[in-house]
Amino acid sequence: MIRKIMILLAVLVAAYGVLIAVAELPPYGMSDNPVHNQVSERYINDALEDTGALNMVTSIVLDYRAYDTMFETIVLFTAALAVVITLKSDKRKERSGK
Amino acid sequence: MDFIAADYWLIALMSILVVASLAMYFIKNLIHAVIVFGAYSLVMVVIWLLMNTPDLAITEAAAGICTTVMMMVVIFRTKRREE
Amino acid sequence: MRDFILKRVAALILPFVCVYGFYVIFHGHISPGGSFAGGIIVGLSFIAFSTIYGIEKGRAKLSEDVLTWTESFGTLWYGIMGMVGIFKGVPFLANKLAGIDLGLPGELFSSGLISYIGLGVGIRVASTMITIFFTLMEDEE
Repeated sequence: MIRKIMILLAVLVAAYGVLIAVAELPPYGMSDNPVHNQVSERYINDALEDTGALNMVTSIVLDYRAYDTMFETIVLFTAALAVVITLKSDKRKERSGK
Repeated sequence: MDFIAADYWLIALMSILVVASLAMYFIKNLIHAVIVFGAYSLVMVVIWLLMNTPDLAITEAAAGICTTVMMMVVIFRTKRREE
Repeated sequence: MRDFILKRVAALILPFVCVYGFYVIFHGHISPGGSFAGGIIVGLSFIAFSTIYGIEKGRAKLSEDVLTWTESFGTLWYGIMGMVGIFKGVPFLANKLAGIDLGLPGELFSSGLISYIGLGVGIRVASTMITIFFTLMEDEE
């Protein structure tokens, strides 16, 4: 019983700390947040001229951050490979081989 | 802080998200939990649309349905055991 | 899943779903969407087909060889498109630096290598989803 009360107290203290930290964050969506620095400014101003793509998300994913997407496709390849290796049975091959 | 109408819609939809994710944890039947997950991703699509990100809305709609189908297949392939 | 109404409705709807997926892939650099979402939509059309009509008919549409080739060569296609930059003497995966004509923004085949890379990624994601689904459904007898 005392253990449960201690766990509850620890969770409450942790939640209080997290809420204090969240209350210190700048409000969501304001234009003078520190997120909007020179990097996003560069993308917003120069993406059309640099890549010629109207969709800025695609121009970042497939041009500025192309290495990232390349290894993302390799991650997908690895996922399919793992599923095939673990679950593929040899039954079909034997049936077609006979 | 002053709210506009879209903020109230967002708060309502996000509380649905909280309820759905708690429900996914507490539901014992796996098929029902996967159906709740489908509803979760549908609500998430509406939230992305309200936040003016149609890119993420399309991706969430497609990927949410695809994960639901994959989980359904995995649940049908495994056997159920009562405790 | 051998319902008559379900089969007719699927036969009417699924071709348009597949075409819409390719639309999202090809217009990834113009309209919202992108190659990942489009590839998943194309994969979902085939997944729905083989759920409704049976796994054997789905396998007859897309044989194992086709899936293996698209699966393996999607990533290689990405690498080949990146090597264009190397042959021109600029860094790997360069687009504007490699001197490729970017075209008029808003047209279908504009923005240089982005549309070609997007096509490869989309086909690759679709084949991954279909491969995982077919492998999971295999022993359903």
